[in-house]
Amino acid sequence: MDLVHCLVLSLGLFLLGLWGIFLNRRNLLVMLMSIELLLLAVNLNLLFFAAYLDDQVGQIFSLLVLTVAAAESAIGLALLVVYFRVRGTLAVEFIHLLKG
Amino acid sequence: MYLCVVTLPLWGFLLAAGAGRWLGGRGAALLTTGGAILGWVLCCVLFYEVALCGSPCFLTLAPWVQCELFDATWGFWFDSLTVVMLVVVTSVSTLVHLYSWGYMAEDPHLPRFLSYLSLFTFFMVMLVTGDNFLQLFFGWEGVGLASYLLINFWFTRLQANKAALKAMVMNRVGDVGLALGVWGLFTLFGSVEYSTVFACAARETGRTLPLWGAASLDALDVCCLLLFVGAVGKSAQLGLHTWLPDAMEGPTPVSALIHAATMVTAGVFLLARCSPLLECAPQARGVVALLGALTAFFAATAGVVQNDLKRVIAYSTCSQLGYMVFACGLSHYDVGVFHLANHAFFKALLFLGAGCVIHAFGDEQDLRRMGGALRLCPLTYSAMLLGSLALVGFPFLAGFYSKDAILEVAWAQYNLRGSFAYVLGTLSAGCTAYYSLRLLVSGFGAAPQGRRSTYLALHEAPWTMGLPLVLLAGGSLTSGYLAKDMMLGVGTDFWHQSLYQAPGQGAALEAEYLPQGWKLLPLGFTLGGAALAGALHAGWGPVLLGWARRPALRALYGFLNQRWLVDRLYNAFLGRSALAFGHRGTFRALDRGVLAQWGPLGLTRTFRDASQRVAAWQTGYVYHYALILLLGLTALLAWVEGRAFLAHWVDPRLYLLWAGTFLLAPGTSRTP
Repeated sequence: MDLVHCLVLSLGLFLLGLWGIFLNRRNLLVMLMSIELLLLAVNLNLLFFAAYLDDQVGQIFSLLVLTVAAAESAIGLALLVVYFRVRGTLAVEFIHLLKG
Repeated sequence: MYLCVVTLPLWGFLLAAGAGRWLGGRGAALLTTGGAILGWVLCCVLFYEVALCGSPCFLTLAPWVQCELFDATWGFWFDSLTVVMLVVVTSVSTLVHLYSWGYMAEDPHLPRFLSYLSLFTFFMVMLVTGDNFLQLFFGWEGVGLASYLLINFWFTRLQANKAALKAMVMNRVGDVGLALGVWGLFTLFGSVEYSTVFACAARETGRTLPLWGAASLDALDVCCLLLFVGAVGKSAQLGLHTWLPDAMEGPTPVSALIHAATMVTAGVFLLARCSPLLECAPQARGVVALLGALTAFFAATAGVVQNDLKRVIAYSTCSQLGYMVFACGLSHYDVGVFHLANHAFFKALLFLGAGCVIHAFGDEQDLRRMGGALRLCPLTYSAMLLGSLALVGFPFLAGFYSKDAILEVAWAQYNLRGSFAYVLGTLSAGCTAYYSLRLLVSGFGAAPQGRRSTYLALHEAPWTMGLPLVLLAGGSLTSGYLAKDMMLGVGTDFWHQSLYQAPGQGAALEAEYLPQGWKLLPLGFTLGGAALAGALHAGWGPVLLGWARRPALRALYGFLNQRWLVDRLYNAFLGRSALAFGHRGTFRALDRGVLAQWGPLGLTRTFRDASQRVAAWQTGYVYHYALILLLGLTALLAWVEGRAFLAHWVDPRLYLLWAGTFLLAPGTSRTP
């Protein structure tokens, strides 16, 4: 297994997630999905290294990240629902009430 | 007894100022005048003991300032010069006290007035009796202060306020010179005591101060010139003379005190006291002589065309002080002090007489609105006549002995400065005679020019005002005759060691053997001036009218009447630019400009702007935050990873500076 190819794949996924966060102006839901993508990329990275280094800790880590990501997306979605109930929109460009 | 002379006026001041409220005008007057009379009697005794019996006295009272080498004590030095000054000061001051009873009778602030008079006397006595320059400076500043208080006595009048401020400020200009001079003397001699300084004066001759490159100045010359700057301010010599005519705004007894005995004589006293120093500084003495002669001439010509009664006399004071100063500049300190003493009597007489005239005419001071008081006020007229004759140097009156002596010793110098002083002095004598006679003729002799109501209320002075006139007239008649042979001449040992004249400087003997014509020339000028004034103002009015039509003469009149335009020059070039500098330069540019913009205010503004700029980064948009997060992470990683790599070439502190410039760089943020 060529590690570099694997890492490039996960890096690509990570960058896709980042771009989703930065470039997305429309929907907060997409931002949440991008975060999931970031976590997926990190998880993949952990698994690749676990296989490459023949070490179990990476797999344990990835399992933990999986649970944490599930919890996080659950709470995030809950926040979104609450926010949508109040504002009636999820457009990112309108969420700028807290200024410095 | 010696210290009583000093403390009596102080007690008078303290009681009249502190308890004047309960003493009332009459009580304060009795108290202060009683103290003044007692002081005068004591001074006469001192004069007998010290000057006539020849026993100078030195007292050390208490330590004052002791700091390493600088050791000034409260000490008193009574020698011939001091006691002459003391007698002059206390006698005129006593008579002025007495005169104020009548002149200021209706003033509700009489205790205050008398307390200021006593304060003035106290400081003057302090000035003449001190045994070091610091104590002299104490008295020097004190008389300046007292003159300010007295000129400003009627403090509700704007003109009086302005005149008092002017007197104070012009005097301060001179005082700075005096202070610098004393400082210079201390640097040279390591002491401010007269005895030390005068004893070492000859040793320091020829010592120079480096100026610029190879150029240098004689140290003693510089010190003496600085001291003379002080004398110029106090004695109203040309350059700092403008305060004196304006000081007429105070009550008339104050003018008498300032002009005759106390304030302005301090400059001449300083020159006489520093005679051992001046004798070692010939260049400085030349300046003294020239400036004195110029002052005498300037003031005499300016006095010719003044229309204010008191102003005429003020210019004559200025002129006579010029005589004294150039006498001192020509090394004849004894003649200068002799003229000072005589001048004190007849100038006090003139001023107090002028006060009587003003009193009689109902506070009218303009000569053009007087006239015809000859029969109505015979006593005042006699006093003014005697004073004027003494002033112009009518033979056998006080001014004759001293003024002619001054002119003779000036002629007998046989050098440029002596001849210069002689010529200007002689011309001034003519002008003096002219304006004195003009004053007499327009005030008393000519046809009445005032209002009818004025003449109906015209009255002779009360006895408290008349008595000082009589006494001063006696002094003016006799002081010259009595003291001439005592104070002047080759054989007298009246001055003991108090005045020093370097060997070879004295031309006292030559002055006695002048050609008769030169001796009579000043008298001729005097009589000519007097005759001209009498003729023009008594009979030849049409001639004056004809002269007034000629443009050249009118221009000359304007020039002289505006005091050679000195005040206007000062205002145009000094006063206004100084005020402009004060407002635009120091206030607006420096205080509110530089200090505020680059000081605390500017600093707070800069940091507030910077913090606002940083706070503006937080736009509220989530994706901005994400971007900043990423950039920050990248920068942190770059910092952590790149530092080890870059540290070889770049000082890491530069990054901080680099980051800081973004905070402090001027931006487009709002300025509140």
